[in-house]
Amino acid sequence: MFSLAGRVAVVTGGNRGIGLAIAEGLAKAGAAIVIAARDHAAGRQAAASLGADAAFIETDVTNPDSCHAMVRGAEDRFGRLDILVNNAGIMRAGRAEATALADWQAVLDINLTGAFLCAQAAYPAMRRQKAGKIINISSLAAIFGTAVGAAYASSKGGMVQLTRSLAVSWGSDNIQVNAILPGYIESDLTRRAEAERPGAFDAKRARTPACRIGQPQDIAGAAIFLASDASSFITGASLTVDGGYAIQL
Amino acid sequence: MTGFFAGKVALVTGAGSGIGRAAALAFAAAGALVAAADIALGAAEETAALITEAGGTCLAVYADSSLNDDVAAMVARTVTALGRLDIAFNNAGISGGRPGQDDFDEDRYDRVMAINAKGVWLGMKHQIPEMLRGGGGAIVNMASIAGLTGVGALSYTASKHAVIGMTKAAAVRYAGENIRINAICPGAVDTPMLARATAGAAPPPAGTTGPLAAPADIAAAVLFLSSGDARFITGHPLVVDGGILAG
Repeated sequence: MFSLAGRVAVVTGGNRGIGLAIAEGLAKAGAAIVIAARDHAAGRQAAASLGADAAFIETDVTNPDSCHAMVRGAEDRFGRLDILVNNAGIMRAGRAEATALADWQAVLDINLTGAFLCAQAAYPAMRRQKAGKIINISSLAAIFGTAVGAAYASSKGGMVQLTRSLAVSWGSDNIQVNAILPGYIESDLTRRAEAERPGAFDAKRARTPACRIGQPQDIAGAAIFLASDASSFITGASLTVDGGYAIQL
Repeated sequence: MTGFFAGKVALVTGAGSGIGRAAALAFAAAGALVAAADIALGAAEETAALITEAGGTCLAVYADSSLNDDVAAMVARTVTALGRLDIAFNNAGISGGRPGQDDFDEDRYDRVMAINAKGVWLGMKHQIPEMLRGGGGAIVNMASIAGLTGVGALSYTASKHAVIGMTKAAAVRYAGENIRINAICPGAVDTPMLARATAGAAPPPAGTTGPLAAPADIAAAVLFLSSGDARFITGHPLVVDGGILAG
């Protein structure tokens, strides 16, 4: 419904799952897309599937130099950068008492620090253009505790506070920063968890008022809206996209 | 986004001015058939004329949102004239007056709760059966950042908290039947209601109210929540406040 013609968007982790669905949605709305990810083969394939106005740039979101190079690459290829979707994320399941420091750190580094570093790298271009949109893909785990994902929940909660802080910091630059909190989505990440511990899909479906698990494409519409001029007065907000999961017991 | 809502019927209350008028115009521009309801029928007719002049279809309807019979008739007329009901924006509302001075004015409390809170409840009461008949729908209820904080006159703040609460409860109830129900929480918006509420008052200190939104800013968010782009969003109070609550 909302046009992104002429805009350039970076989607981190845009090579699969929710990230790929968002990239497809933004592309369909008219934006040129940069898939920023580690996985070469999947990244190239995803960019190729989006057509001519899409490119893959190999990126390690935990490395500031890599983030800056990614933004330079996007500007070199498409001339500008309007939209940053911080979607790259990992989950390492395990009870808190048994979580190794390295696992805790890896989750925080990619999910939270990675979003911060990409935003920091994108800021100069957005400030120069006096316009920008940053969309952080958080999670319902920002609201609810999870027994086997303290690091994941902490990183996603941190993304909500990062969102508010960047919104306040960069509002005067006409940069809007918002978070999307997807509910339980059928993605590579959750399918793998389901294979390891079957039952979560049924349990989540039973608890979701909309009586279904979300699909990656369900998130794309919210991302298009938050990337478009139609949301120019929305900043610092957290939008739950969860079929009503967050509002029932 | 012309044609995005082609074939859909959208009912907007409080459509004679401000955010309601902006939303009615936006729905019509996007192809919806619109019912514009207002307690000031002349104002609703002006909205309808603007839509008709632009090539759209709009029915002006009189309704006092706080009265059951009026709301029932409003929904019935919409369905009779336009064929169905897909989208409802329960927007009609009034100010709570001056915080501090009007907090304990009983008549005002009753009126504010009757229009802002009960009006939304009555709207859903009559809209949901029509949407169930049509196989689904989307409702957006007008709340406010006063529904999430302690700002505003007591009656207004209470009414907007009520709107968010009933939005969530109704969303849980009807999500399985393909009706999505969300609320919208604007900060300060440049509308006749705000102008009336702040007339004669000293301007607030800079930085305490944030920037003023245009009615069209709010309308855009209402259209999003009413659209298929928001198909997995329900029970959500969407904040459209220029970042006031974030900081």
